[in-house]
Amino acid sequence: MRYEAAQAGTLESSDCLVTLAPSGEFSFEYRSGNGGLFAERTEAMVREILERYGTPCLRVQISDQGALEATLRARLEIALERALRKE
Amino acid sequence: MKPRRSMLYMPGNSPGMLQHAPVFGADSVLLDLEDAVAVAEKDAARRLVAHFLRVLDFGRVEVTVRINGADTPYFETDLEEIIPARPSAVRLPKCQSPGDVLRADALMTTIEERHGMEAGTVGIHAMLETARGLEHAFEIATASPRVKALTLGGQDLTADLGVQKTREGWELFYARGRVVMAARAAGIAAFDTVWTDVDDPEGLAAEAKQIVEMGFTGKAAIHPSQIPVIHEAFRPDPREFRRAWRIVTAAEEAERQGKGVLLVDGRMVDGPIVVRAQRLLDLGVLYGMEGDETA
Repeated sequence: MRYEAAQAGTLESSDCLVTLAPSGEFSFEYRSGNGGLFAERTEAMVREILERYGTPCLRVQISDQGALEATLRARLEIALERALRKE
Repeated sequence: MKPRRSMLYMPGNSPGMLQHAPVFGADSVLLDLEDAVAVAEKDAARRLVAHFLRVLDFGRVEVTVRINGADTPYFETDLEEIIPARPSAVRLPKCQSPGDVLRADALMTTIEERHGMEAGTVGIHAMLETARGLEHAFEIATASPRVKALTLGGQDLTADLGVQKTREGWELFYARGRVVMAARAAGIAAFDTVWTDVDDPEGLAAEAKQIVEMGFTGKAAIHPSQIPVIHEAFRPDPREFRRAWRIVTAAEEAERQGKGVLLVDGRMVDGPIVVRAQRLLDLGVLYGMEGDETA
């Protein structure tokens, strides 16, 4: 299964922008206005979703504008599906 | 019939709006996957709405989702993702014939069964927004027990008729009458179209009063500021409300005593008047009205 670079979400308030890029290993970069407060929790969620999609090796960048977990999940899932569709 | 005076449209791809859906004061919200969402974001909006339906506590606010029409490539995927998340109903745009309802109904049943849901869990609000759809209003309303409401789409209808939408709205007068009559005949709700000028609350108030008098059960809103204006139009007259209370009380008493004929304020009252009085009482409760005050 090959993935290509993809994005989902926006930089509007209460949203997040998820950017994915192919990589040999998993890496996670999290930016938000509240420092690293939710970084650990978000990384755990990202790892769980990547595991579910069977693709642990991706570079994941999230710019969080105060998104709820439901929003983060929805944006990451769609970014993954867009990345897969581009193959 | 549960009161659904206002239905607030919310763009399906805006988490900032969606997460506040329960607090705007609307009786129901319409999470929109159709006109409010750009083609490139259809997938994202659909997934976002599905997640919010599963986790957000909407309280007493009824939640419906406007999906994309059967003539688009998004129709089936919308149903596939939205139905398992159990909204109260999906709003079907551009219903032209009973066949449109039956097609959605069959797909929804398949999806519900696949997800272990009881068939018919999710209702249909059929949008009539073409001349052809309006001519089939009653057949559409009765095509399936899933159809819980007819809704008028004024913008597309005026375009279909080749006329301008005016402030007075006479161009929609026949269509409104037709929607109300068909919906009432089928025993379902009738929802009016949106008032598009957010900066003209007086125009909205006049139109809302007109559609209440015509028999609509609710009206769509495109901005939270329109909700109180619509609710005000549905506020029962206090004298009417007290009379309704006397009618319902007398009907209950007559039933206890096994009496068939009912007299209230010296006039004979029959079944349909009691039903209407009960509806008015249910509505009045939303405004904090109480019936035992003497007038």
